[in-house]
Amino acid sequence: MQSLIQLEISRRDLLISSAATVAVSGVAAEAAAQSPGNAMTYTTKISFTINGEIRDLDVDNRVTLLDVLREHLHLTGTKKGCDHGQCGACTVLVAGRRINSCLTLAVMHEGEQITTIEGLGEPGNLHPMQAAFVKHDGFQCGYCTPGQICSSVAVLEEIKADIPSHVTGDLTTQVQLTPGEIRERMSGNICRCGAYSNIVDAITEVAGTKT
Amino acid sequence: MQFDTPAATNPIDQLKVVGRPIHRIDGQLKTTGRAMYAYEWHDPNTPYAYGYPVGAAIAKGRIKSIDVSAAKKAPGVLAVVTTLDVGELKKGQFNTAKLFGGDRVQHYHQAIAVVVAQTFEQARAAAALVRVDYVVEKGAFDLEKAKDSAIEPAAKPGEAPPDTAVGDFDAAFASAPVTLDETYTTPDQSHCMMEPHASIAAWNGDKLTVWTSSQMIDWWRSDLATTLGIDKEKLHLMSPFIGGGFGGKLFLRADAVLAAFGAKAAGRPVKVALPRPLMANNTTHRPATIQRIRIGAGRDGRIAAIAHESWSGDLPGGGLETAVNQTRLLYAGAHRMTAMRLATLDLAEGNAMRAPGEAPGLMALEIAIDEIAEKLDMDPVQFRILNDTQVDPENPKRPFSHRNLIGCLEVGAERFGWSQRGRPGARRDGNWLIGLGVAAAFRNNLLIPSGARVRLDREGIVTVETDMTDIGTGSYTIIAQTAAEMLGLPIEKVAVHLGDSHFPVSAGSGGQFGGNCSTAGVYAACVKLREAIAQKLGFNSDDVVFENGEVRSGNRSVRLAEAAGSDGLVGEDTIQWGDLSETHQQSTFGAHFVEVGVDVATGESRIRRMLAVCAAGRILNPITARSQVIGAMTMGVGGALSEELAVDTRSGFFVNHDLAGYEVPVHADIPHQEVIFMDETDPMSSPMKAKGVGELGLCGVSAAIANAIYNATGIRVRHYPITLDKLIGGLPDVA
Repeated sequence: MQSLIQLEISRRDLLISSAATVAVSGVAAEAAAQSPGNAMTYTTKISFTINGEIRDLDVDNRVTLLDVLREHLHLTGTKKGCDHGQCGACTVLVAGRRINSCLTLAVMHEGEQITTIEGLGEPGNLHPMQAAFVKHDGFQCGYCTPGQICSSVAVLEEIKADIPSHVTGDLTTQVQLTPGEIRERMSGNICRCGAYSNIVDAITEVAGTKT
Repeated sequence: MQFDTPAATNPIDQLKVVGRPIHRIDGQLKTTGRAMYAYEWHDPNTPYAYGYPVGAAIAKGRIKSIDVSAAKKAPGVLAVVTTLDVGELKKGQFNTAKLFGGDRVQHYHQAIAVVVAQTFEQARAAAALVRVDYVVEKGAFDLEKAKDSAIEPAAKPGEAPPDTAVGDFDAAFASAPVTLDETYTTPDQSHCMMEPHASIAAWNGDKLTVWTSSQMIDWWRSDLATTLGIDKEKLHLMSPFIGGGFGGKLFLRADAVLAAFGAKAAGRPVKVALPRPLMANNTTHRPATIQRIRIGAGRDGRIAAIAHESWSGDLPGGGLETAVNQTRLLYAGAHRMTAMRLATLDLAEGNAMRAPGEAPGLMALEIAIDEIAEKLDMDPVQFRILNDTQVDPENPKRPFSHRNLIGCLEVGAERFGWSQRGRPGARRDGNWLIGLGVAAAFRNNLLIPSGARVRLDREGIVTVETDMTDIGTGSYTIIAQTAAEMLGLPIEKVAVHLGDSHFPVSAGSGGQFGGNCSTAGVYAACVKLREAIAQKLGFNSDDVVFENGEVRSGNRSVRLAEAAGSDGLVGEDTIQWGDLSETHQQSTFGAHFVEVGVDVATGESRIRRMLAVCAAGRILNPITARSQVIGAMTMGVGGALSEELAVDTRSGFFVNHDLAGYEVPVHADIPHQEVIFMDETDPMSSPMKAKGVGELGLCGVSAAIANAIYNATGIRVRHYPITLDKLIGGLPDVA
């Protein structure tokens, strides 16, 4: 997976790439440089792939990826719980990596591959993680659920790619798939109904049945 | 259907569908993102506009003027409606603070304007341009300071009186050989449901359609009609999926009012969601309490005298946090008193949050029980068993309908390994001080009328319609199970439609009464449908059997699809309650067991194991019931260790008003959780013989944790949340 290879970079490279982000995101920079006055100058044409489908949009530069999904494309499976990166309900996969879609602007994703909960599966044809959440009752009200599921899918990939977490003990050996690792990595996804115990069971089952 | 005699054997007792571990029938919709919540309704032909609310930036005072000129000129803005524009509005029956209208500011972040624009971004940007000129007034924000001015409020009809007394508490307490007299505090807490309050309002002439996020459809419909000054019949409310409530969506909220005014002004349907940082101060919260508990016991361990007093605050016209309620019923003791006092505070409205009264009440009482048991040198499980009562202690002629608290304690102690519990501070695992704690759980069973309509169509499909809501509790599923059981169908043949004001008025979701009452309403409607089917076929309804998709009488049998005919058949009814809850005390019981580790160096508390044992009548679906209980246990962890709305007593607001500042438990805080349901039924509670578990699961959890922390460290903390600063000074020296 391309994104996971990108993660295997040194801290020094990471700093360099962070500094370069502003310049690289050409479209956004260009839009910001335009003089204010005419409302129409605050929009940008973008194109990205969502759930395998290319979408061309002309969006307000202020629109978050979350609001593009929900309000422009009516992919309302991605939820707005806080709009501040505090709850994880808006988690989607961008190039295979999970991000809070409320904390990123749509214009920053030109050309990228985005997967939302709708792209993982649908009624009658569930993704294994969706099926495991149903089986283990890993939700109640359902509002945090798409974010929990997207996060879960990415967490298993992160562990497989040997990316350590805060609770990883030994950095010289392969990261183990333990309940502690799952809980730590899932802690950005709040579930106020308190389905955590069941969610860990669901993720553990999917992890165990994967080859 | 009038339910006034205990339920005899009925079709539910077959338990072919009811009581089975059936996965949620809405599970695929929720896990694939296809369940539509309030803000998400979308008609491609409708040009929705976006409303962004503006909250007051003072806690108390008056608005002199609002300058909306810049906001109105901002790009995309369609309308700005201010609280001064609409003037005084009639307040709904269930609200204490007004939601909108008039120049008074009663609490911080009270809604004072809504800016409507073509896009969300435009509305949000323009909302920041609204300029408000306030006259600030001095308010009261500190419960501790306001405590002495707290008054005895008038008893409200149907609610517990502020003062109760039986026997002579003072004398019995004075002469008791072993006594406890301690004061405990619980902080303000916030519901923090994941879906923010949200509504879409669409006018069609004088008719209004509102998609919203409501636990109680009919309450909202009445109160929104009152607030807007329109005929209730012209208001159509829909709330089929609700992203959590916990009491925070029991009563009409500002988003629905703002959306309605915004839509009228903009001439278009308008969507309004409360921004997360507005929620804690704009909506309701569980009020903080100060509780004094006195217990006098004999050397034999029996309670002779028990007193529970509680102080809480609310806005003028508001109510008590009824934290003493359970103490009137939970333990024996001849001499007892309770008292509640209400202070005036100018914080946001205090109101119901999951297990109002019992949740904070048991946070205090169940520490006190642990303390008195220790003074008596008794095991706290044995102390609770010794002081159990099978009758209402204030009125011994009034028995409990069914009470198995002792069973919960005994089964729990056995399963949890309670015998491993040692003296405080005695057990250690590396850097962790290990402790076990227990608390009793108690919550009353409330009975609310509930209606439903059940249709049978020519395909043999049964469709249930009721304005009942599913806030994550599993209403869809248990209602489908009920109808399937009553009509002898597999659950796949039942469709359930909820949360629509066109449907019969139900109990709604609150007070853990929703599951039992709404399924009882569906039971009643199904009885009517069974009668209609039997009558149409000319069957004797006394010996008719519904089984395997057929209706049988004697040697005749007809497929349900055929019986329905081309027009189908309908049954509709409402369950009404007689006086069984007066002749018998109906309550639910449980025991919570917790193992904690406390870091010997930092005082950080971690939950290692949790077990709940619940006795709550028939469990309609063990999967969804268990989920409610583990979710409640999780909320109890938050209440014990981290949840506290921090009050700025100078400016008068909750400072930590988002999910970063107000810390609810996350995955890393919660271990694997165990739940055991006692196998029982309560024929006094309803034809379903069920009660509720959603609030029971929370009651006592935080105290069990507090007691476990005491057992781990020897440090008794009586002020929630038990953060490490309250422990660190008492921990053993670390070299």
